[in-house]
Amino acid sequence: MCKPIAELRSVSKHYFGVTAVADVSLRLFPGEALCLLGENGAGKSTLIKILTGVEQPTRGEILLDGQAVHLASPRDARARGVATVYQEIGTLPLMSVGRNFVLGAEPTTGRGLLKRMDTREANRLAIAEMQRLGIRRIRDGGQLVGTLSGGERQAVAIGRAVHFGARVLVLDEPTAALGVRESATVLSLIQTVRRQGVAILFITHNAYHASLVGDRFLIMRRGEKLAEFAKGEKTVEEIMSLMAGGDELSGFLAD
Amino acid sequence: MVSATSEDSKMAVGLSEADWPPETGRRLSVTRRFLLRPETGGFVSAAVVFSFFAVVAGGNGFLSRLGTADWVDGASQLGLVALPLGLLMIAGEFDLSIGSVVGATSIIVAICSGYYSLSPWIGIALSVVFGILVGLANGLITIWTKLPSFIVTLSSLLMISGGALGVSNWLTSASNITAEPVGSAPGVFASSWEGFDVSILWWLGLVGAATYVLQRTSFGNWVYATGGNAETARLAGVPTNRVKVSLFVATSLGAVLAGVVETLTFRDGNVTLGAQYVFTGIAAVVIGGVLLAGGYGSAIGTVFGSITYGIVSIGVFFLGWNADLTELFIGVFLLLAVVANKRLRQMAVGRA
Repeated sequence: MCKPIAELRSVSKHYFGVTAVADVSLRLFPGEALCLLGENGAGKSTLIKILTGVEQPTRGEILLDGQAVHLASPRDARARGVATVYQEIGTLPLMSVGRNFVLGAEPTTGRGLLKRMDTREANRLAIAEMQRLGIRRIRDGGQLVGTLSGGERQAVAIGRAVHFGARVLVLDEPTAALGVRESATVLSLIQTVRRQGVAILFITHNAYHASLVGDRFLIMRRGEKLAEFAKGEKTVEEIMSLMAGGDELSGFLAD
Repeated sequence: MVSATSEDSKMAVGLSEADWPPETGRRLSVTRRFLLRPETGGFVSAAVVFSFFAVVAGGNGFLSRLGTADWVDGASQLGLVALPLGLLMIAGEFDLSIGSVVGATSIIVAICSGYYSLSPWIGIALSVVFGILVGLANGLITIWTKLPSFIVTLSSLLMISGGALGVSNWLTSASNITAEPVGSAPGVFASSWEGFDVSILWWLGLVGAATYVLQRTSFGNWVYATGGNAETARLAGVPTNRVKVSLFVATSLGAVLAGVVETLTFRDGNVTLGAQYVFTGIAAVVIGGVLLAGGYGSAIGTVFGSITYGIVSIGVFFLGWNADLTELFIGVFLLLAVVANKRLRQMAVGRA
């Protein structure tokens, strides 16, 4: 087995005496999707905030390529190859696909006073990356992102992260507000990116979506790791039951 | 890197052959491309008011060279204020203090060149420094306090107009001072040719520069992103605070330039000069298609917004109507433009 790109070792986070995450470890491998599952308040968000530099752990270590690191900010994390794709705020609807794609890392042409953004290159990059992700409907980089479907917008955000060097991609509830068709698009994006050797951390509370793309699964409950298992070891029903804490839901599902 | 095909992907998520690709080829029509330009609404406004006054006031001299020069001159002075304000509003912030920066500039220039008989360039240099300081203060206070810039700049509007009046009365015992500009400054800012003021050249030059910056530079991309969603922009690595502060400074300097132009043109410094720009400037920007919430708009849009105002104010004058009707017209157009621009924007993103 190859080495993990990113690793959290016995990470804990306390806020004013309240424990949000207690002693959780996880490892992310290239080309593998780890699904982080749990109900609201299970500690998923805090855990990914730690991995992406938004929060610093109270205890425990973050390792990238086997080296312990301190992630001071999301910017710091991104520079080290850990990128996050946010569903709601990942893209700007009133800007073009190309402009969204290169935002913050605009390609330029010319020098001195004539140094300017290379819009043609921005559009070309965006379309090429979308095609590579299997989104073939978008052919015009000048099109406003607002005209795209929810799944296609995710493709812009994911494509941008991967293009600008993400080796670990954190996807926070990317299918939460999407319909069936759109969710399928996003799940297929995840598969494509995973096959390019990117490590995926897929946060969701949809056990079915998780089962479609996950290689490994980590279920959290009340800040603690409840279970960790590999693909095929548990059924979707068992996963749902674990997320809910076992008893209540298993009784319901049995009916 | 291994290039994956969508073939693998669709199998992975259990889609059948018929579902893939989800949708095919939808290209934007020429009409939609026109409609999704932010300045379309402003262009239509300007065209409508021009046609209207050409018909009803054409015989009264509205279409004459002088009439044309009048509305273009008016549009250019308003445009100097509206252009940078439009950029600031695209970045999602407001600046009401422009209304008093024009007057403060006017009194600074007039005191220097009129009361103390210095070169107008000294007054202009002081005004520029003053404008930069006001812009920095507006920007930094907005960022530090996280208050809406509407409130922050309302407060600076009041402070600057009160301060300018106080200083003017204290130094010269007057709030209205005759400026006696000498030397090269009047030529640079206040000369005219066949009725057309040199401010038109300043305006068009700055519109060209602003368009270049918005459309062709990384900074321009950051301006749109900052107004679209500052959080998204920040996460993408855009220095949103720097973008905002720069544009607050640009907006103040636009007001300074308008103040210099008007003071040297009218040869008169007045603390209340330009007070109307608080309203007309914002109206021009919004009629020009800049989204009030930020993230959408163009430099050329503010040109059409300013032209709309210029045409209406001069058109009303040529008809011999009461000047108050200008405000009535602009009020109506502002409302129509906001409704139309909203609709156009929805059409642009296909949600009509």
